[in-house]
Amino acid sequence: MAEMNLVQAINGALASEMRQNNDVVVLGEDVGKVGGVFRVTQGLYDEFGENRVIDTPLAEGGIIGTAVGMALYGLRPVPEIQFADFIFPAFDQIVSEVAKFRYRSGGEYTCPMVIRTPVGGGIRGGHYHSQSPESLFIHTAGLKVVCPSNPYDAKGLLLSAIRDDDPVLFFEPKRVYRAVKAEVPEEDYTIPIGKAKVVREGNDVTVVAWGAMLFEALASATEVAEQGVDAEVIDLRTLWPVDIDSIVESVKKTGRLVIVHEAPKACGFGAELLSLAVEKCFVHLEAPPVRVTGWDTPFPYTLEMEYLPLQHRITPALLETAQYVP
Amino acid sequence: MQTQTQVVPIRTPEQSSGDDIPTVLQPDGTLNEAHDPKLELSEVLDLYKAMVRTRVIDGQLERLQRQGRIGFHIGSLGEEACIIGSAAAMREQDWIFPCYREFGALLWRGFPLQSYVDNMYGNVDDVVQGRQMPDHYTGRPYRFGSVSSPIGTQITQAVGFSWAAMSKGSDEVSSVYFGEGATSSSEFHTGLNFGGVMNSPTIFLCRNNRWAISVPSEKQTASESFAAKGIAYGVPGVQVDGNDVLATYKVVREAVEKAAKGGGPTLIEMLTYRVGGHSTSDDPRAYRVQDEVERWRKTDPILRMKLHLEKIDAWNEEQDEAFKKECEAELKACIKAAEAKEKPPLETMFDGVFAEKPWHLEEQQAELLSGPRAKDHH
Ligand SMILES: Cc1ncc(C[n+]2csc(CCOP(=O)(O)OP(=O)(O)O)c2C)c(N)n1
Repeated sequence: MAEMNLVQAINGALASEMRQNNDVVVLGEDVGKVGGVFRVTQGLYDEFGENRVIDTPLAEGGIIGTAVGMALYGLRPVPEIQFADFIFPAFDQIVSEVAKFRYRSGGEYTCPMVIRTPVGGGIRGGHYHSQSPESLFIHTAGLKVVCPSNPYDAKGLLLSAIRDDDPVLFFEPKRVYRAVKAEVPEEDYTIPIGKAKVVREGNDVTVVAWGAMLFEALASATEVAEQGVDAEVIDLRTLWPVDIDSIVESVKKTGRLVIVHEAPKACGFGAELLSLAVEKCFVHLEAPPVRVTGWDTPFPYTLEMEYLPLQHRITPALLETAQYVP
Repeated sequence: MQTQTQVVPIRTPEQSSGDDIPTVLQPDGTLNEAHDPKLELSEVLDLYKAMVRTRVIDGQLERLQRQGRIGFHIGSLGEEACIIGSAAAMREQDWIFPCYREFGALLWRGFPLQSYVDNMYGNVDDVVQGRQMPDHYTGRPYRFGSVSSPIGTQITQAVGFSWAAMSKGSDEVSSVYFGEGATSSSEFHTGLNFGGVMNSPTIFLCRNNRWAISVPSEKQTASESFAAKGIAYGVPGVQVDGNDVLATYKVVREAVEKAAKGGGPTLIEMLTYRVGGHSTSDDPRAYRVQDEVERWRKTDPILRMKLHLEKIDAWNEEQDEAFKKECEAELKACIKAAEAKEKPPLETMFDGVFAEKPWHLEEQQAELLSGPRAKDHH
C-alpha cells in the first residue's frame, strides 16, 4: 500500500487497466506527452505509445465521436474532457449517441466508455473552469455517473467503470485532486457502481454529499457534534444509478435529510434526491428536507467562496434540520 | 500580396517569412518596400510603443501571479506584432471579437489600463465586477467583444455580428481572433462556412503560434497550412508573417477594405510563436525543447521593429528605456489602485443573470446576505 492523492490513484488505475487490457485507449487534449493539464495521464504516453494515448485535435465533439466509433468496434476508450465546462461541444454525441446506442440498436451496438473530466469550483476558475454539470447527464437516460471523493474510491470505481458495459461519466473533483490522500492498495480491486458509503454514522440527521463537498459536510458534522447533533454522512460515490436503499435506510433512521451540492439549486441533482426521499420516506420525515447548493447564477470568480455550499452554510442547515419542530 | 491560398507547411521560424509570405520588416530591421503599408512615422512609432507596452504589462502580470496577488494571467509574449498589427488595421468603426490572448488589442482600442488591471483583480471597479476570471474582459464602448473561455465560440458570433451590420447598410467590419488549435473546433468550420455563404464582412484572424497548450500544430491538422482551410469554404485564405507588425497591418487592412465593400470574408493565418507558457498555469518545459524557443526569439517582433527604427534614426536606446519606465510606472500606479479597491458587494452575484431579478434570485440573495460569511480560503 502506498499513500496517494486522487491524481496518482486515477493515474495508477488507468495504467494498471491499460496493462491488463490492450483495448483500453486514452484520448483527449494534452493527454499525451505532457500527461494532461492536471497530469492525470502522466507517464501513459511513454509506457503505451501514441496509438493508445492520443493527443487529439482541439474538438470535444471529435473526441467523443471518435471514442464512440472505437467503442462500437470493440475498444474501451477512456476519453478525457479537459474541464467539464468544455464538455458541451460533445453534448450532442453524449446525449444523442453515447446514451442511446444500446437502446436504439436493440443491443447490437453498445458504447462502453469512460468519459473522465474534472469538475467543481474553489480553484479560482470563474465561469468556465468550475461548473458541476452532473444533473444534465443524470437526466439523460442511458448514462452512469460517478464522482469519487478520495483516492481509494477513485481507483476502485474507475476500474469498475472501465469494465462496465455501459458508458460512464467519471467526474473528478479537482479542488481535492492533490489535497486528499489515502492508502491505496497496489493490487486490483473494484468498488461497485451504484453503492454509496456511510462515512460517518449518526442518528439525528442524514447528510448526502459527494466529491469535494463531502469534506465540507464532514467538517460540519464534526462541528454540530459539539452542539449535540449526531449527523450521518453519506458519500454517494455513484450519482446514477443512485444507491436509493442507503439513502432510504438512513432517512428512516434519522427522519431528517440535508443534501449538499455545488451545482445550482434549480433542477440540480438535489431536486431528484429530495423527491425520491419524499416519495419513499414520506411518513418517516420529521423535518422538511433541505438543499444546500450553489446559487442559481453562473459560477462567479471573486465571490466563489460565497457561491459554494461550504461548511459555513452546511452547519446551520444541519442544526436547523436536526432541531426542527413542526 | 497573394489573395488566394498559399499552401506552405510552416514548422520553423525560418519558414515564417519569405518569398511566398509577405514580410516588410526583415529580422535585421531592413525594410522590404514591396509590401510596406507606408504608414506615417508617428503611426509606426505608435505600433512599436503598443507592442512594448504589451510586453511590459505581460511581464509584470506574470510576476503578480507568481506572487499570488492575482489568480491568473494569459500572456502574449512573442505574439505582440500579430495582435497589435491586426488591431491597428481595423478602422474606427470596426469591431474586434477577442479570443483570450489579445489584451494588447483591447488597450489599443483605448480601453483604460486601470479597467484592465481591475479585471485582473476582479474588484468592485472591474467592468463585470469579478464575475469572470482575470483576462476575461468586455469592452463594448471600445467596439470590442467579451472574452469567453470555451474555444471557438466567438468565431460564428463574429459572422452573425458583421452580417447584421451589413444587413443594416453599415460598412462596419468585424475581426475575430483565435489560435490555430481553435481551427479544429466545429465553430471554426461552421463560422467559415456561414461567413462564406452569407458573404459576411468578417476577418478571421488565426494566430498560429505553433502550440495549443502542449499540442503542436502538426497534431492539429493534416492540411499544409491553416490558411488552406479557407478553400473548402470559398473563403480566401492568406498567410502573413505575424511577427512583422507592418506586414500584418497591411494584409489585414486590405482584407478589411475588401470586406467593407461587400467583398466578403478573409481568413488570415498569422505566423507567430508562443514564446511563453500557455498561461501562468502552464510550464512548457514539459513538452518542448528550449532550442525551438530560442530560434523563434531571433524573429522577435519587437526587436525587429526596434532595429528598423534605430536604422532610420527614429528611436534610440535611451528613448526605449525611458518609454519602458513610463509603462512600468503607469502600470504600477494602476496595480496599487486596484489592490486598494474592495471586492464587489455580495449582492452583485445575483445581478445580471436576467434583465430583471426573478423571485427565486431575490430569495437566494436575501438568504446569502442574512447568512454566515465564508472564510476566505484562497
Ligand atoms: C472547448 C474548449 N476546450 C478546451 C479548452 C481548454 N483550452 C484552453 S486554451 C486551449 C488551447 C488553445 O490553443 P489555440 O487555439 O491554438 O490558442 P492559443 O492558446 O495557442 O492562443 C485549450 C485546449 C477550452 N478553453 N475550450
